[in-house]
Amino acid sequence: MKRIFVPADSTALGVGANEVAEAISLEGRRREEAVEIVRTGSRGLFWLEPLVEIEGPDGRLGFGPLEVEDASALFDAAAHPKALGLVEELPYLKAQQRLMFARCGKIDPLSLAAYRAEGGLAGLARALEIGPEKTVDEISMSGLRGRGGAGFPTGVKWGAVAGARADQKYIVCNADEGDSGTFADRMLLEGDPFVLVEGMAIAAHAVGATKGYVYIRSEYPHAFKVFCAALAKGRAAGVLGPNMLGHGPAFDIEARLGAGAYVCGEETALLESLEGKRGLVRAKPPLPALQGLFGKPTVINNLLSFASTPWILAHGAAAYADFGAGRSRGTQPFQIAGDVKRGGLVELAFGVTIRQLVEDFGGGARSGRPIRAVQVGGPLGAYFPQELLDTPLDYEAMIANKGMLGHGGLVVFNDRIDLAKQARFALAFCAKESCGKCTPCRIGSQRGVETVDKIIAGRNVAANIELLRDLCQTMTDGSLCALGGLAPLPVTSGLDNFPEDFTPRTAQ
Amino acid sequence: MSATTPWDVQGAGEIVDTRRNEPGAMLPILHDLQERFGYVDDEAVPLIAEVLNISKAETLGVISFYPDFRRQPVEGTVVKLCRAESCQAAGGEALVEHLRRRHGIVVDGNGGPGPIIETVYCLGHCALSPAALVDGAPVARLDEAKIDAIVASARGLR
Repeated sequence: MKRIFVPADSTALGVGANEVAEAISLEGRRREEAVEIVRTGSRGLFWLEPLVEIEGPDGRLGFGPLEVEDASALFDAAAHPKALGLVEELPYLKAQQRLMFARCGKIDPLSLAAYRAEGGLAGLARALEIGPEKTVDEISMSGLRGRGGAGFPTGVKWGAVAGARADQKYIVCNADEGDSGTFADRMLLEGDPFVLVEGMAIAAHAVGATKGYVYIRSEYPHAFKVFCAALAKGRAAGVLGPNMLGHGPAFDIEARLGAGAYVCGEETALLESLEGKRGLVRAKPPLPALQGLFGKPTVINNLLSFASTPWILAHGAAAYADFGAGRSRGTQPFQIAGDVKRGGLVELAFGVTIRQLVEDFGGGARSGRPIRAVQVGGPLGAYFPQELLDTPLDYEAMIANKGMLGHGGLVVFNDRIDLAKQARFALAFCAKESCGKCTPCRIGSQRGVETVDKIIAGRNVAANIELLRDLCQTMTDGSLCALGGLAPLPVTSGLDNFPEDFTPRTAQ
Repeated sequence: MSATTPWDVQGAGEIVDTRRNEPGAMLPILHDLQERFGYVDDEAVPLIAEVLNISKAETLGVISFYPDFRRQPVEGTVVKLCRAESCQAAGGEALVEHLRRRHGIVVDGNGGPGPIIETVYCLGHCALSPAALVDGAPVARLDEAKIDAIVASARGLR
């Protein structure tokens, strides 16, 4: 019997993966050939989607990007026009260091048996064996830092919650992946949801929490459905419930849907939203570790932080810390998007450069035009010019170059980009998404839009640029959270790196 | 929109009531109501306030904070078109212009010919930008031909 793997990742569905799966199944019936179609997540080689794989003697053979009319030739002995050879040998995949994405795209995401067979649950088993204190120690020694962008040491956070005394503690996963150019959370929710379940269970055991919430953005309806199904399977199999893995403490997880507010990706706004309120940012202190969800000690981490922990526990902190550069240890899933030939997910140790990702992996601009700018870290991230594309991607190097790593997304822009327009967009986005609690963000972003408009219109350009820089400084220094605090980054990086876009224009 | 049922206050009351004892039940309740009825009717406000033991003003405050929750029913197909940076970089704004010129559709506009097309910021399909959700179904690598097909199919259903 032929085993054929077809992704059910939502981006793959967006280019026809369901239709291709249906065509393969029909063709199998027509030829009276037994076919087992396994729906998987995506490997993250999106320009090849739908990327269909057929199990062979030496491994899985890839075919893509497949269209409905290519299905029939999969059954022929002759070479398929879209054959790619062994998938694991594809340079884009082979050059990666996949720890947290090792299974994504390979297995049926809702099969716990497949998850276990590929090394799943070994991390949780080890955590239960060594006990809570040593589990926190392992996370600390691994050097893992918050993958949401802030880069705070995860072990320190867990240690604070473990040390807090309370009748109830919570584990909260931030899966409100709102940054344009990022899709790693979505891929894992759809392609390997049990890695998140396991990571949260490890955290729960480490700090003594019994209840977890995953806050998934409503723009990811497919991911929400898959994850809810995974939770049901996890409960049925006893991974979650009164005794984790049958002998551990009690822990259960509930998935919650966001409602279209970008600011809810900020941790305290997310907690407010989970509590059923408007997503208004809270002043810190108190830290969520001590007074988080419903006022109780709470571990709130990004999805990728939780998803990193099963590997760390299974293979040891030292093995994880062997990857990386400087104070950025381990691997980061980078996501390449925008005007790029080979958009996708690349998991690598910190330290790879922007240029390596955009040119070597990404293959340059899909439009064929020259690349002029790469925005790193989402809508609040800096625009890097050609001269700075050799900057290594780690927390410190990004900050040294007046940028930030954020959630690891890279958006490639060709020479048609206008940085004054992008600066205006960043500020308008901030104005629209501001929770309204603090003045620098709420009013500053609006005044920023007006000031950029004056610059674009050529009115008092030098004075207005000075005013804009001053305003950006006020927002950076005076905002309550990262939304107002970082929204100036795309503006100032434009002013610094692309000053020519802010000079008076010739008449249109 | 997917099949929804006409607003009825009793059905709404039952939905609200089933989540009475859940901590932080507000957003799940609002999502449930919108899934059933396609929007959140004003009559739901006192129901929710009563069950969650908060004021009507607070309830309205939450509903109006989140862009997802509709206050009026919608008819026909709803397209959520991504206009964030990755889709901008891949030519998404030209599609907004194409919709206006070719089909007379103003994105985020009220009234006018259908389907309803709303701005969203990121659907997570950035590797194959531009992208949209058509009644919840993803469409990636959007171009003019795909937009034309979406519009035609939506108008055929109306």
